[in-house]
Amino acid sequence: MCPRGVSIPLRRPFAAAVALLTLVLAGCSSGSYPVPGQSAAQSPPPTTFQTQHAGGTLTVLSKSAAGTVDPQISYDNQPWQMLHTVYDGLLAFRKVGGEKSTELVPDLAEAMPKVTDGGRTYTFTLRRGVRFSTGAEVTSADVGASFRRIFRASGPTAGTFYQNIVGADACLARPADCTLPGVTAHGREIVIRLTRSDSEFPMKLAVPHAVILPADTPAKDQGNKPIPGTGPYAIAAYDPNKRLLLKRNPHFKEWSHAAQPQGYPDRIVYQYGTTVESEVTAVENGSADAVWDQPPADRLNELGTRFINQVHVNSLSAFWYLPLNVNIAPFNNLKARQAVNWAIDRSAAIRLFGGTALGRPACTVLPDGFPGHTDFCNYTKPSGTTWKGNDMARAKRLVKESGTAGQKVAVVVADDETSKSMGEYVRSVLQQIGYQASLKVLSANIQFGYIQNTNNNVQISVTQWYQDYPAASDFLNVLLSCSSFHKGSDSSINISGYCDKTLDATIKRAMKLDQADPEAAARLWGQADRQAMSQAPIVPLFAPRQVDFVSQRVGNYQFHKQFSMLVDQLWVK
Amino acid sequence: MISSKNGPWRTAGRQLIRNRPAMISAAAFLIILLACLAAPLYAHHVAHVDPLASNIAGTTVVDGRTADLLQQSTDGLGLGVTPLGPTWDPGHYLLGADNQGRDVAARLLYGGRNSLYIGLASAFVCCLLAAVLGIVAGYFGGWIDAVLARLFDVVWAFPVYLLAICLSVVLVSGGLHIGPLHLNAGSLLLPILIIAVIYVPYVARPLRGQVMALRERDFIQASIGSGAGDWRIMRREVLPNVLPTLIVFLPMMTALNMLTESALSFLSVGVQSPDASWGTIINDGLGLLYTRPVVTVAPGLLIALTAVALNVLGDGVRDALDPNARLRGGA
Repeated sequence: MCPRGVSIPLRRPFAAAVALLTLVLAGCSSGSYPVPGQSAAQSPPPTTFQTQHAGGTLTVLSKSAAGTVDPQISYDNQPWQMLHTVYDGLLAFRKVGGEKSTELVPDLAEAMPKVTDGGRTYTFTLRRGVRFSTGAEVTSADVGASFRRIFRASGPTAGTFYQNIVGADACLARPADCTLPGVTAHGREIVIRLTRSDSEFPMKLAVPHAVILPADTPAKDQGNKPIPGTGPYAIAAYDPNKRLLLKRNPHFKEWSHAAQPQGYPDRIVYQYGTTVESEVTAVENGSADAVWDQPPADRLNELGTRFINQVHVNSLSAFWYLPLNVNIAPFNNLKARQAVNWAIDRSAAIRLFGGTALGRPACTVLPDGFPGHTDFCNYTKPSGTTWKGNDMARAKRLVKESGTAGQKVAVVVADDETSKSMGEYVRSVLQQIGYQASLKVLSANIQFGYIQNTNNNVQISVTQWYQDYPAASDFLNVLLSCSSFHKGSDSSINISGYCDKTLDATIKRAMKLDQADPEAAARLWGQADRQAMSQAPIVPLFAPRQVDFVSQRVGNYQFHKQFSMLVDQLWVK
Repeated sequence: MISSKNGPWRTAGRQLIRNRPAMISAAAFLIILLACLAAPLYAHHVAHVDPLASNIAGTTVVDGRTADLLQQSTDGLGLGVTPLGPTWDPGHYLLGADNQGRDVAARLLYGGRNSLYIGLASAFVCCLLAAVLGIVAGYFGGWIDAVLARLFDVVWAFPVYLLAICLSVVLVSGGLHIGPLHLNAGSLLLPILIIAVIYVPYVARPLRGQVMALRERDFIQASIGSGAGDWRIMRREVLPNVLPTLIVFLPMMTALNMLTESALSFLSVGVQSPDASWGTIINDGLGLLYTRPVVTVAPGLLIALTAVALNVLGDGVRDALDPNARLRGGA
């Protein structure tokens, strides 16, 4: 998922994938898929709704809104944190904090799907009695229309998450005429047929892009206009310059505490347009309840000492990294790319991010805990399996050997404080190892698209990647495969422009084996990670941790590994 | 009209020297200027630092003990990293470090060089352009004046900072490439040109008015009558008469341009990394406002001090050269 202040966090999906596959292959029709993960500092969640805590208004402050609230279009962490309280898909990630939040549970489906035909056919039974906020009951027609709308509205993941649905190719080619024969309904039975098995498909059904909307929803991005949903809240008002207001959905009746529990606050307000400094001060004073953005560096010490009980720090399945453009000088030279990997001091990058409590040095593409992740580090001194230190002398030598010394290099960064600091540090390092380095700061609104477009000839940039769902392919396949590289497009997430047939072949084999032999698949993912890092198309910096700061009155804080802080489960009474 | 070669200038010089506030301001400005010019000496021979290179993992000596330049919090949850504060030891991070572990004092001096360079250079360019355009418009009148005066109006109609930001955003990202003229994105000449251009009408309009009045004076009419060419009259008769006004404008425009540069750099559309200016240093210090306010306050004070010094000096020069001039507000 594209970078932003905070993240979509999920961790340690290997066991999840194993469990999931086992259940899927066994034709499991109910229950959930457990994924062990890293614990966060939070109280055990209540198992039943605590009526005495219901009510009140929860106020979340944010510097800015994140664009559209159309759930099938929005691809940003902030809306996703809110959208899961408004919409439901056939499946959902269990709505609870901690390890269990990566479990898949049936949501609008009565039970987990029956998987047949070698993992290519998923059969669901639609739950009865679920109503949209308009009062209309959810029907199988809505389900079919919603899947077609993913393509008709040109959803950002239509061509990646849902391309295996039968008929998806035609829908991608001609969205307006999309019929999507791979999704059919017989009464309440929904059948989704895939062209080939996809072990990650259930997870793709649990993200907001696959939520079920009324069949008559226009097939284009609805922008600021809320679409009726089935969750405990409905978007009552949205002005991206002022605020977003969630009110209780009058037609919501809890059908699954695991998938979509009743929310506690009567109203949830996201207020936009404040500075992060003001956000922190407001929450300290109790005039707001939570800060959406990462607290500024100069307030962290204050928060970590004076407001210990209101601060929550959680690990994220994400990493900050430097994509190196392998198609233009100087980083079309392997030694030049390796030189940057040797030169960058990961601990320095972590200091710029807020210190050792907020990040761990990264050497690999796959985050710690992902299937296939193994501790190895090609660029550390002294050598070892984890990063220990940089080697400037070696970096300088490699730059000389590469024949690229003295070339001009521009580091492209977003204009937020952390990115600018990181960019300045990288520029300084590049200068030290022999390049004429400069810094190019772009508005955060355009930087991510700009660095992806090959027409802009970006040589090196600072960016982040947060998982969409817990699978190794979401890192290696998405960030470094040939299919993710699109020349001249702002949506070319393979920012390095790295296309290696050997790596692609390994990734494809791993994805195939994900279902049949997860352990062998994990080994292949590890092999792919090593193959990638030996060619150094990126410089992994660190895996970040997220700081949530809430007001004194807030209770029942839960950190969901996919949707971060569960705003609807917070108590303000 | 200046009829003597030395008299009026010498008189003005004596009057300026007798103006104590102006002399104190000149001295203050000179000290700041010299200190900034000596930045490399300070950085390399006193502080022993590279003010443009990040030094995040670096250390220094404070009270005989080694101290990290960026200090990891060890209290509470251990969140945050705080740069070293002022040590008041010129050899060891006198004013502390910024968030890149760079010596704040050394960067202030280096930043001052750029701020003053841009302020002075853009003031010169601005006054030069304004002199040419103002004299041409005022002397020729007619359609030439109409075109130039409307051009001034158009530029004047834009809010200064808005225009400067628009120009900067376009030019600072891609540089300026017009025919044989190529200025790279990070070139200091870009902010100099941008700032000079946006303030041209502010100087050119009063000059144009002054030239229009001079045009009707007897000595100009006599020159025209005696067959002197237009360019000769403008160069030999008009220019010397508007020169005192230009000289009065120069320190004031320097102060104004320096403030504009700081504002643009603060907004990241002025001086670009790896160069620094007082504006960029204030920007660097924003994220440290709560923990290390000196990073923001010190360049802010220097900007204020320099601007006040130049303005008081400008007032002194005005009083000495043209006591009747009404350049502030009445221009």
